[in-house]
Amino acid sequence: MIDVKNLSKSFGKHLVLDDISEHIYPGEKVVIIGPSGSGKSTFLRCLNLLETPTAGSITFDGTEITDPRADIDKIRRQMGMVFQHFNLFPNMTIRRNITLAPVRTKLMTQAEADETATQLLRRVGLEDKENAYPAQLSGGQKQRIAIVRALAMKPKVMLFDEPTSALEPEMVGEVLEVMKELAEEGMTMVVVTHEMGFAREVGTRVLFMADGKIAEQNTPDKLFGDPQCERLQSFLAKVL
Amino acid sequence: MNPTALYESFSALEEQTALQEAYIRFYKAWFYEDRWLTYFNGLGTTIKVTVLALLLGVALGLVVATIRTAHDQQRPGRHNFFLGIVNFICKIYVTVIRGTPMMVQLMIMGFVIFKTSRNFTMVGALALGINSGAYVAEIIRGGLMSLDIGQSEAGRSLGLNYLDTMRFIVIPQAFKAILPSLGNEFIVLLKDTSLISVIGGKEIVYYAQAIITKTYEAMYPLYITALMYLIMVLIFSWLQGKLERRLRQSDRR
Repeated sequence: MIDVKNLSKSFGKHLVLDDISEHIYPGEKVVIIGPSGSGKSTFLRCLNLLETPTAGSITFDGTEITDPRADIDKIRRQMGMVFQHFNLFPNMTIRRNITLAPVRTKLMTQAEADETATQLLRRVGLEDKENAYPAQLSGGQKQRIAIVRALAMKPKVMLFDEPTSALEPEMVGEVLEVMKELAEEGMTMVVVTHEMGFAREVGTRVLFMADGKIAEQNTPDKLFGDPQCERLQSFLAKVL
Repeated sequence: MNPTALYESFSALEEQTALQEAYIRFYKAWFYEDRWLTYFNGLGTTIKVTVLALLLGVALGLVVATIRTAHDQQRPGRHNFFLGIVNFICKIYVTVIRGTPMMVQLMIMGFVIFKTSRNFTMVGALALGINSGAYVAEIIRGGLMSLDIGQSEAGRSLGLNYLDTMRFIVIPQAFKAILPSLGNEFIVLLKDTSLISVIGGKEIVYYAQAIITKTYEAMYPLYITALMYLIMVLIFSWLQGKLERRLRQSDRR
């Protein structure tokens, strides 16, 4: 589904991603872990071109998105993204946060988008918030809305960039719960996270990144149960 | 008793009390030969110049701010040569306008560039608009740059194009953030219209000076002028406050 070939990214002289090749298959739940500064977020942000790769190519569903002629807006519509800091639009109601993109990109009429929003909000238990503004919600609620907002575009894949890192501990659970449900429904997911429990439970494959490379990858059982490389062993010793 | 009769009766007295004398001076500055009409004549010009300069200033400011922001937000290594040139011109414009006094700019426009023009009002509005544009550009640029980059990233990652992201997400939030500084700039602009009297623009100060020359009496015409500006600024501030309250709606908790 997403094919990454020889991807490199540097900020100035600093090499953040070093020649990464990877493939993400439909239905997979790929969890990316690793120490901070290892390039996890940058890798994820390259997948929908929020960061422009310095070298290499990324192909999504047969379209090379790194090609300058590719219609990046059209591709991004099929890739949902959830941010660490939610990035809800504070000047709009929750309903408008959710319906703006589907309506503006002519994916749905306003009526269809409203219907979709109501359904999705009911699913995450926030149907009573549709006329509230983001400032009136808790962090966990905001992040659930952010997930709903991305889902309203009916994406083929969902990218999560540390979705629980900015949350207070008691709110992490409610967000992970929504993500788990999503995984059970068969959504293809790429998740950068520090939640090892989530990685173990939901991930079908875990990538460990260090120094801009994928240092090790395996199924969660094997990666956590029998880590091979030394970097991973010391990382797991610190976080578990 | 009407004002004129009162004035005549006071003038006829051989010795006037301080209050009666003050009334006579005020009468000459306001009622005499319907002078109050000339103030309102000037007020009309002031409002006209302010509105024209405001429109020009906002238009110029928007264009310059957009160019400068677009230039600064280019991806590293992907600089557009044409944008570089336009950006450089914008920078010179802002530097020159902010680096020289308003009065000097006005005199250059009136006595050098448009020295043959008799339409002092339009020349004044043009000079003020060009001046205001530089300040408005910096205010707008500040607003656009102060917004969290995550906002436009969220918009773009949903598949919205650059223009829609600016229109629905970035600009409304930036506008709310810059409204106080923008209001301040408009008040400065409104008061700076008084400067166009130096190039012959017939606004309030111009007529006040004409009355001073006739009556050899400066106090009342100047107080009246000051009061007219104050009232205009108060009305404007009130409108601005209303708008700000409306825009704060989404901050409710």
